Amino acid sequence: MFVARSIAADHKDLIHDVSYDFHGRRMATCSSDQSVKVWDKSENGEWHCTASWKTHSGSVWRVTWAHPEFGQVLASCSFDRTAAVWEEIVGESNDKQRGLSHWIKRTTLVDSRTSVTDVKFAPKHMGLMLTTCSTDGVVRIYEAPDVMNLSQWSLQHEISCKLSCSCISWNPSSSRAHPPMFAVGSDDSNVTYGGKVQIYEYNENTRKYAKAETLMTVTDAVHDIAFAPNLGRSFHVLAIATKDVRIFKLVPMRKESTSTGPTKLEVQIVAQFDNHNSQVWRVSWNITSTLLASSGDDGCVRLWKANYMDNWKCTGILKGDGSPLTGSSGQPTAMSTVVGSSVQTSQNALNGMSAGRIGKRAPFAPPLRQLISPKIYQQHPSYY
Amino acid sequence: MEELDVEPAITNIPAASDGKHLGFAWGPGDILAYETLYKASSGAKGSGCSFIHEVRKDEDIYSPILRKLFNESHHIFVGLQTIREDLPNKNKKPQFVSISKNYRSVIRACMEELQQVAVSTKDAKVSMQYGNQVSILLAIELIWNLCEVLFIDAAPAGSLLLHLLDWVRLHKADVDEKAREVLQSESPAEHHDYWDVVVSYVLQGRLEEARQMLVKQATLQPAARNMYKLMDTLLTKMPFYNPGGTQTLTEFDVKWRNWHEEVDRCLQDNSFASNRHLEIICRILVGDEDMLLDHKELLGTWYHFLVTRLLFSHPTVKPTELHYYAQSCMTMFLDSRNVPEPLDNILLAAFEFDIHQVIKDCSIALNNWWFVAHLTDLLDHCKLLQSHNLHFGSNLREFLLLEYASGLFTHHSLWQLAVDYFDHCPEFGRVYLELQIERVPLDTERKALKVLRICEQRQMSEQVRSICKIMAMRALRNNRLGSALSWSIRAKDAAFATLISERFLQDYCARGTFSDLDLIDNLGPAMLLSDRLTFLGKYREFHKLYGEKRFSEAAKLLLSLMTAKIAPRSFWMTLLTDALPLLEQKEVIFSADQTHELMFCLEELTSSLNITPGTDGSMQDEDIELTKVELLRLALARNLAMAIVKEGTVET
Repeated sequence: MFVARSIAADHKDLIHDVSYDFHGRRMATCSSDQSVKVWDKSENGEWHCTASWKTHSGSVWRVTWAHPEFGQVLASCSFDRTAAVWEEIVGESNDKQRGLSHWIKRTTLVDSRTSVTDVKFAPKHMGLMLTTCSTDGVVRIYEAPDVMNLSQWSLQHEISCKLSCSCISWNPSSSRAHPPMFAVGSDDSNVTYGGKVQIYEYNENTRKYAKAETLMTVTDAVHDIAFAPNLGRSFHVLAIATKDVRIFKLVPMRKESTSTGPTKLEVQIVAQFDNHNSQVWRVSWNITSTLLASSGDDGCVRLWKANYMDNWKCTGILKGDGSPLTGSSGQPTAMSTVVGSSVQTSQNALNGMSAGRIGKRAPFAPPLRQLISPKIYQQHPSYY
Repeated sequence: MEELDVEPAITNIPAASDGKHLGFAWGPGDILAYETLYKASSGAKGSGCSFIHEVRKDEDIYSPILRKLFNESHHIFVGLQTIREDLPNKNKKPQFVSISKNYRSVIRACMEELQQVAVSTKDAKVSMQYGNQVSILLAIELIWNLCEVLFIDAAPAGSLLLHLLDWVRLHKADVDEKAREVLQSESPAEHHDYWDVVVSYVLQGRLEEARQMLVKQATLQPAARNMYKLMDTLLTKMPFYNPGGTQTLTEFDVKWRNWHEEVDRCLQDNSFASNRHLEIICRILVGDEDMLLDHKELLGTWYHFLVTRLLFSHPTVKPTELHYYAQSCMTMFLDSRNVPEPLDNILLAAFEFDIHQVIKDCSIALNNWWFVAHLTDLLDHCKLLQSHNLHFGSNLREFLLLEYASGLFTHHSLWQLAVDYFDHCPEFGRVYLELQIERVPLDTERKALKVLRICEQRQMSEQVRSICKIMAMRALRNNRLGSALSWSIRAKDAAFATLISERFLQDYCARGTFSDLDLIDNLGPAMLLSDRLTFLGKYREFHKLYGEKRFSEAAKLLLSLMTAKIAPRSFWMTLLTDALPLLEQKEVIFSADQTHELMFCLEELTSSLNITPGTDGSMQDEDIELTKVELLRLALARNLAMAIVKEGTVET
């Protein structure tokens, strides 16, 4: 892996979240400077900031995109106790020429009395639904009944989790066999309060969400939680960022036909890693859930991968090298330093290890001025 | 299987490290990383100059030359998948060998191109980078070639050594380069590399070429003529197994032993004692290991040493015996100072016929999935992989193909190749394709149609619907109603079609004309998707009939729009107003019955309007409405009168 480019984000304070849109052509950033910025990727892969506006009156914790079926819609949540929904409107043509776009606030969701810590759109097959959770321990599910009118959101469900909530994740499965399900994590650090991850499932009969399971083994503060894409499997996979990285398998038990309660889940731990040494703050899956990334107190992002035997291992680490880029002309510098250093390593490998092999030549014309031998540079252990 | 413990690769991010966190976001082909602090409280203050770093996973995919490798190997891959399953394996072997050779020739072509660029470029960094890629491809081709010999071709004793010789010759071709230099010099026999070339030829078993070189020396030393002649005889007489011939392996072995004894006798006789070089060659011919190891520089690698040693000591080596010789040659060749590298271990595993270890080590050591995915697929087709029943993915082949194809999917044009790979992964291919294809950016209508076609061919109805919906939404946002409508018809999205039809009708009411006539005129059965769309189509049909002066048909249609409740109530006034010019025609168009029905509609409308007397609308609007109603009533009454008269006249 290598750093292809560095983008000067130009936020005036800490960035708290960066989020790709569904197709990976746009991203949104949010910061303690109370603003959100939207970036568009040009044909040549450069990122351009096309909108930047003040969104909240406090730190903006998270920003997230709705599915493009609903248009260009963002949601943000903040320390200012609100969540907000934003929609891009197609502006004047001269704005487009200047590479700018307009985002207008469609609604402010003010039901929380405390900091709103996470905001997520529900899977698209459920319609346009937005979920928030807050430090007062309440998960709220809103729905926009008319997708053409995003100023109307109705609070559909209010679920009290009793513990200060830090994160939510929807189960992305759209299978009919799986009723809507989400997991909520709590960052309450008091271990005597028991399990910090709760799973809720929608009940068709009562039209309410009911708790299906509490992961009793996770008693430390939970900072992030992520369901993996389902891949057509009968079970669900959930990654948790707590004092370590954990991956759980949730296997729905066969339901008795008379039972009307939530599906019982059999909880199995698949992997547990303490490589971050201390708290883990974020976990997230790639598109096909073959890779899990986690970020922790060791200042690293670690990539985890299962081989075909379902053994999980760390296959890559992103690490700050202690040289913060400064100035606005960071882009070219970043490129050359990083590309430069990786070439350096390969060169060392070449000089150090294959000294005894000099003299071999590639078996074809034109004759090489450079001596090349078959050699494997250990650049990126793919690990299978 | 033994787990090789490899330290994870560390990628340095130009960001502060102490006390700060590294945030991240997954993208389709990359990860964004940024400096942050998660122990979030309002107190934490960040620096103003924050950067977001785009970290790419696979750089190979962006190399324009390697792209050819991906493209061409894709054709071979697809061809391989169509080889008929029902043929007995024996008959398929030549096909598999030829496919293996095709793959290798693609690698070679790619290498040559890379090498030319590496040599011709002035940029040292680029040259270095391409040079590295050539080295990796060389290693890949070397491994592949060996796998082809050992696993796919599976040559038996006798032929095995011949194949291995070819393998070594192909990958140790610098002797030709050196030979050319020597031969082009003024006096080849006196060239300082002369003997290196002769010995190298012998080491590779290229005895004919060695003899030709020796002739040059012999002519210079007439005194040693006999000695050279003796060597020439030994070289000429060395037997090589001929797999196509009538000779059995045992016959060959006897012949070879006789020759070997003869060489040995020459050595005992000190026949070459007076010529150091010929003495060396003779001892090589007799398979003297110490003498071979004295020529490490010329052999270059332990596997060349292995093949040379087999050639002169065990030419009838069986596949099952290889691992023993390979292991000992590696240990002998690499002394304690040299640690075996990944490549050495991979080749050794191949000689040990441990296919899984080869694939595994290659996966770990190589930074792309191209090689392992294609080789494993080929070996799987040869029925060489025991079908491990796997937890993750149905088997090794599928696991590796999925990884490779997923990598391709991150590229803006290579993703189309990946589709075929996913198609040939029975277990998870389809789910992967579904997840990946809906992420392909739909930059243009053309690209959207391309993606759509792929989904439609595979009956991926949810993806088809979603793509159409996204496109419809985008068109609507940009006020391209026609495009929005056709996409929502494609998505079979009734609610959205209703919404867009409504927009069309609003536009008509505001401007008096329709846009996108072509589309609306040609809706056909698609019209039935939603009531509003049906109405839009029928209403437009009315306008067409009217325009063509087919008044009675137009009138009939107009009336039916109301009586059959196709038209929304809100639109009735517009329809009745549209009836006005028809009522005013000289000729009677609406019959008495029809006029009655029209009157009925009008009264129904006005009575329902009267329930909520216009409080919102301005007086002026209300006046206009009232005037309209009055006008309509008048026209209807007059038309009714005319119709009764006319109908009465016709009857009598």
